[in-house]
Amino acid sequence: MPSNTRPDQQHFVAPLEETPLVAIDKVKAEGKPTNLWTDAWADVRGRPMFWISSALIVLVVIVALFPGLFTQVPPNNDCQLSNSNGGPADGHPLGFTKQGCDIYSRIIHGTSTSLSVGIIVTVLVAVLGITFGAFAGFYGGWIDSVLSRLGDIFFSIPYILAAVVIMSVFSKYANVWVISLAIGIFAWPATARVLRAEILRVKNADYVMAATALGVSRFRILLRHVLPNSIAPVIVITTISLASAIVAEATLSFLGVGLPSSTMSWGNDISAAQLDLRTAPQVLILPSIALSITVLSFIMLGEVVRDALDPKARARR
Amino acid sequence: MTDTTKATESAVRRDGSERPILEIKNLEVGFNTQNGLVKAVDGVNITLYRGQSLAIVGESGSGKSTTAHAIINLLPGTGQVTGGQILLDGQDLTKASKKEMEVVRGRKIGFVPQDPMSNLNPVWSIGFQVEEAIKANGIATGRKEIKKRAIEVLKQAGLQDADRRLKQFPHQFSGGMRQRVLIGMGLAADPQLLIADEPTSALDVTVQRVILDHLESLTRELGTTLLFITHDLGLAAERAEQLVVMYKGRVVESGPSVEILQNPQHPYTQRLVAAAPSLASRRIQATGSIAAAEAAMQSDAETAAGDEIDLLATAEARAELLAAAESAPPAITVEHLTKVYKIRGAGDFTAVDDVSFQIPKGTTMALVGESGSGKSTVAKMLLKLEDATSGKIVVGGQDLASVTGKQLFDLRSRMQPVFQDPYGSLNPLRNIGNTISEPLSTHGVGDRASRRERVFELLDQVSLPRTLVGRYPNELSGGQRQRIAIARALALKPEIVVLDEAVSALDVLVQAQILRLLADLQGELGLTYLFITHDLAVVRVIADHVSVMQRGRIVEAATTDEVFENPRQQYTQDLLAAIPGANIELGA
Repeated sequence: MPSNTRPDQQHFVAPLEETPLVAIDKVKAEGKPTNLWTDAWADVRGRPMFWISSALIVLVVIVALFPGLFTQVPPNNDCQLSNSNGGPADGHPLGFTKQGCDIYSRIIHGTSTSLSVGIIVTVLVAVLGITFGAFAGFYGGWIDSVLSRLGDIFFSIPYILAAVVIMSVFSKYANVWVISLAIGIFAWPATARVLRAEILRVKNADYVMAATALGVSRFRILLRHVLPNSIAPVIVITTISLASAIVAEATLSFLGVGLPSSTMSWGNDISAAQLDLRTAPQVLILPSIALSITVLSFIMLGEVVRDALDPKARARR
Repeated sequence: MTDTTKATESAVRRDGSERPILEIKNLEVGFNTQNGLVKAVDGVNITLYRGQSLAIVGESGSGKSTTAHAIINLLPGTGQVTGGQILLDGQDLTKASKKEMEVVRGRKIGFVPQDPMSNLNPVWSIGFQVEEAIKANGIATGRKEIKKRAIEVLKQAGLQDADRRLKQFPHQFSGGMRQRVLIGMGLAADPQLLIADEPTSALDVTVQRVILDHLESLTRELGTTLLFITHDLGLAAERAEQLVVMYKGRVVESGPSVEILQNPQHPYTQRLVAAAPSLASRRIQATGSIAAAEAAMQSDAETAAGDEIDLLATAEARAELLAAAESAPPAITVEHLTKVYKIRGAGDFTAVDDVSFQIPKGTTMALVGESGSGKSTVAKMLLKLEDATSGKIVVGGQDLASVTGKQLFDLRSRMQPVFQDPYGSLNPLRNIGNTISEPLSTHGVGDRASRRERVFELLDQVSLPRTLVGRYPNELSGGQRQRIAIARALALKPEIVVLDEAVSALDVLVQAQILRLLADLQGELGLTYLFITHDLAVVRVIADHVSVMQRGRIVEAATTDEVFENPRQQYTQDLLAAIPGANIELGA
């Protein structure tokens, strides 16, 4: 190598005071321990959207549990046809439906139906989706083939269409549980697919191999190492699926294959109001707003949670 | 090349002295984070003249890549130059507009990125991507001209059949070939300065050597000035005239590389020189005498309390152990081991082909080979994570093939792995205490309190504070995670530890520390190691026996000294010659 060092390139050594040495690989663990969930919580805590959506959801839950706190007017029994499609009156802030029932009271009392359907469907979807997705992804082979094809069959039928068919066959037994079952039974494959993909990724991690080499049983590895590390997207998808289940119930009731008209439900009210849309639009619009706010707050929460759990989504913002 | 006369003219300053092609003055680069501006580069000065080659050396986080990215104004995310000047031929790049920078990039400064696997777009053909680079730099116009130039560029980069391969896609190229393409693209516009960011870190040593040789002759031929970044001190000293050692965003030492290597002044550089496995290997060869070994032991004793690590001392300390272990019965016997994978549509692939070896109790055997040589497959079969197609593995008198159920469960407690990737080998959602005690709870060892005690004991053994028990892996560095993985492996007091590239992903100083830890633990606990690595330099420091694998077969097996001093196979000789820094004369 030819030596063509220039005069200003001579051996330079920084003074030690300016560049002090630090212990090699020093442990820097201060403050509270953090992991994915604590980080996500810290992230979520600083967002107004999280607090707004949570507050709305809490409000909806309280309304559903204790409708008596919000209205004393009975939603069904006190209807007088003379009030049909009437505007707001004393004690009836939102006016009356075609049957002369108090709209405000009906909205309040309909909340629990919507929320129950949402929650039951979500639990059903989560249980089915997680079971199918986890077993298919983790065990692979013929188990995967069978479970995934089964999922594909359910996936190929739009769940709302399936629910319409089921509900029209079993219209006699229509109640909150049956309608939830009808929606949930065809809605789980999306969750299963998401989880399966995530598990396929996680199960190749070295810590899974290390656990295998330790002699930890396959099922325990799934429960202890694989599932906790792949569950985040499922949480996001279930939050959003709660919203779509509420919409599905309203849709079915609107189509007349949902809950019996004796059950208080936003979908039923919207359906009943459509005939008078031109003369009394508020009768249709008011329960729709209640539906929208509820659905929106769950979707908003889902978005916030997704951003917090998925660092990639965060970087894109 | 085209504007040589112009370049020489401008290379002279008004006062008649030569003007450097690149002059970095007091460069400061900061990143905006939640905790305000964090300085990644702090007052860096670099001077580089035409036709020279300069290497920036440092560990991860030292600011070496940030410096390079600042030159071409490609700082990631929130990074920004907060002070200082970057003068390219007199033009201050920190003040250049976007338009001006576009002219500089490619045409004046070429860039070769680090990872050849992810820096080529998999959906476009190689030809398309090279032509795109040529078009962007406006070197040639018209389809035919551009294509001609693309072929020329690739031929120059060492792809002889370039015209035929133009239509091929990145996945049809090996890592080395892809890196050649990237070098070709970097040099396409005949830039005055080529910046290469760890250009060969992802490649096997023999490939690395060929690529670097080629890069060297190419830049000399074209008169290109070369600035490259590496974490490997040996490589830097071998390939560059000028060396800049960076540490925590500052330059701690710079100057002619041989001089720095032979006479490192700054304590940090001294540390680096002492810890670099490639250089340590050289020194072991050099200090064959007993006196030297004793001196090494002495210095070892002096520095044991502090933070200094000398791999040479580690190696010497191990040599004593070996003498005692030579007569021990084998802990592992592998006979005619073969693994055949069935590949859909492509027939069979023999990953491991008739491999036999023995590892005496309490010793270390290194299984060395380049990527795809089958060394990790051997480890997986030994750990019974995969079944052998044929052959026999005997561990502690038990034939692995016949072991099932409870016996296998018991056997697992006597044989534990440590894997390569420190970021993947710990479950991010379990705290350190649970991770280390998992082996204990799985095998039902002791009660809660005694397990906790054992976790503390293990943390002490791997020199980590006990306070880590309630913390999660995300707060730890790679080296610390690797220590946790070692602690987990040792929890059940195994006899055998399989180290699959366990130190490959670590910075040299941390690597040296872990190697030292492994050597100490072996002495203390009488462990038998199967040490799998691609890095022959590390082998010299840690192993007693070496088996060199190539394409599934063991091509050479002998004691470490024999392999290093008298390699019989051409392949082993190639591997040895490819250790960066192997040709440097060390003064010390």
